[in-house]
Amino acid sequence: MAFLRGYLIPRLVQYILVIFLGITAVFFIPRFLPNDPIVHTIAAIQARGATLDPGTMDEIVADLTEMYGLKGSMLQQYGAFWQRLFHADFGVSFFQFPTPVSRLVATALPWTAGLLLMTTFLSWTIGNIVGGLAGYFSRKRWSKALDTVAMVVRPLPYYIFAFALLLLLAYVVKWFPVAGGTSIGSKTAFNWPYIKDVLRHSFLPALSLTILGGAANFQTMKLIVQNVNAEDFVQYAKLGGVKEEKIVSRYVIRNAMLPQITGLALSLGQLFSGALITEIVFSYPGLGGLLYNAIVTGDYNLIMGITALSIVAITAAILVLDLLYPLFDPRIRHL
Amino acid sequence: MRVLRDLFRDYRFALSFCTLCLLLILAALSAFSPYDPTLWGVVPRDLRPSRTYLLGTDSNGQDVFWQATFAVRNSLTISVIAGTVSRVIAVLIGMVAGYKGKGTDRVLMFISDSLLVIPLFLIIVLMAMLLREHMNLVRLGLLLAFFGWAWDARVIRSLVLSLREREFTQTAILSGTGTLRLVLNEYLPFATPLIFSTLINNMAWAIGLEMTLAILGLVSMSIPTLGTMLQWAINYQAILLGHWWWLSTPIVLAVLLFVALYWLSVSISEYLDPRTRIQRVGAQ
Repeated sequence: MAFLRGYLIPRLVQYILVIFLGITAVFFIPRFLPNDPIVHTIAAIQARGATLDPGTMDEIVADLTEMYGLKGSMLQQYGAFWQRLFHADFGVSFFQFPTPVSRLVATALPWTAGLLLMTTFLSWTIGNIVGGLAGYFSRKRWSKALDTVAMVVRPLPYYIFAFALLLLLAYVVKWFPVAGGTSIGSKTAFNWPYIKDVLRHSFLPALSLTILGGAANFQTMKLIVQNVNAEDFVQYAKLGGVKEEKIVSRYVIRNAMLPQITGLALSLGQLFSGALITEIVFSYPGLGGLLYNAIVTGDYNLIMGITALSIVAITAAILVLDLLYPLFDPRIRHL
Repeated sequence: MRVLRDLFRDYRFALSFCTLCLLLILAALSAFSPYDPTLWGVVPRDLRPSRTYLLGTDSNGQDVFWQATFAVRNSLTISVIAGTVSRVIAVLIGMVAGYKGKGTDRVLMFISDSLLVIPLFLIIVLMAMLLREHMNLVRLGLLLAFFGWAWDARVIRSLVLSLREREFTQTAILSGTGTLRLVLNEYLPFATPLIFSTLINNMAWAIGLEMTLAILGLVSMSIPTLGTMLQWAINYQAILLGHWWWLSTPIVLAVLLFVALYWLSVSISEYLDPRTRIQRVGAQ
């Protein structure tokens, strides 16, 4: 009971509130900014060379008002927005008219989810293990060398790092394909050539996300381990003759792991943003690529759909991580 | 002076400080540019670097070197606006939340937690897209400032939480110091180093985000920044045409800027932390 009241319920309430706040922001931002999406869309249609007579114009305006959910008072619109959200209905896309936004997102989502899950897992495990060892043996030369590398990589934004990798490994030395998620014309199938093709295309985006994320995990883990190292129980274990490998793996890294789990939950939103940006660089067919097309074509429905869904998905993922946390921390399990 | 000498003992500080000085000089040189950065076709197109055109020329007919001076200047301007304004927000929210506690604290920290959790990039893209036609350097800086304070407000709040428990707070309150004066005169000095090191990090974040938005075409493309310079190069297929001088100038400058800012902030915060300072300069 104490666990439920002290840990579970406050978190559930907080996440529901975060989703509420995020979705409300997505609803109000376009309505308070000095730019009318309808005028914008019509301008975009006219820019393509179509001439519209006043009658058709009025019809289009009425259609767009309906489609963008701009009918009725602000409150009615807000209610309708939530209703549509529960049905995962974000209207139709402009850039691939008349495909519904939800279908476009559903096709792109597996690519992003796969990339994000894999790179987050890899960068978290590798970064923490290497960072933990480097923190424990912080006076060794290899530890200092790794630290310098991390110091150079860490401050680079996702876009610059991914773009530099692309230039080096796809243009200068042509080891990897320049763009896309599969070779042009290949059909989805569960056979080795197809899987190999997908892996080859996803290697560079995955590499850039793993290195950037890994460097951040490496640095924080190294710092935490250096602090844990100074604790009395580690000194005591050393004096008591416990083997060094055992001290590192059983006592030091395990203790230092806990803040890193919280850190992972807190940084998930940024990791997701980073994955989107990386996908844009590599023209990867995930949500990032979809977002890029939506921005270029001025597809508001699509952007709102991606944003709203991402807020819900990321928040849910963080909640899951938070609910798993007691498994790692006995102090909370026995609250 | 002693502070500066101690700081320079760290090679990271020395290196990053010199790099930043060079970049600042580069930005200052923009005042002496012989060309107007918004005009096209002022020099022959697509020339390799030579003695007349130090870094070559681009497909718009602009001199890459002088364009770069404007780009560094404008990128730094955006980041300084974003950094300073978001610092003001972070300090206000962090101090109020930490000092007032209770309900105020909970509401303010809930807002900042939400900003941390939500994929902000998408929200910023949404806003930038709607503001595209009205975007200039100052507005972009303010937009980024509006979203860049959450983490640092948390850091400042936890500092104030610990300061509030110290004895001097009680002494000040009992001797009749007002809340505002207490916070400004007594707490702010403690927070200054922290504010400074978060400022540097925030500036780097703002420059990075500006570049990303520029690549997406969400900022005014006629104002040269590191982002728009890169975007023009990509747009004109500088990769396929092999115009490496055009493409690499904004990338190299950006990498130098990011690494220098980061090293500066790490070095300064290590120096400010008494535990790590002893390892570096020795107990005196």
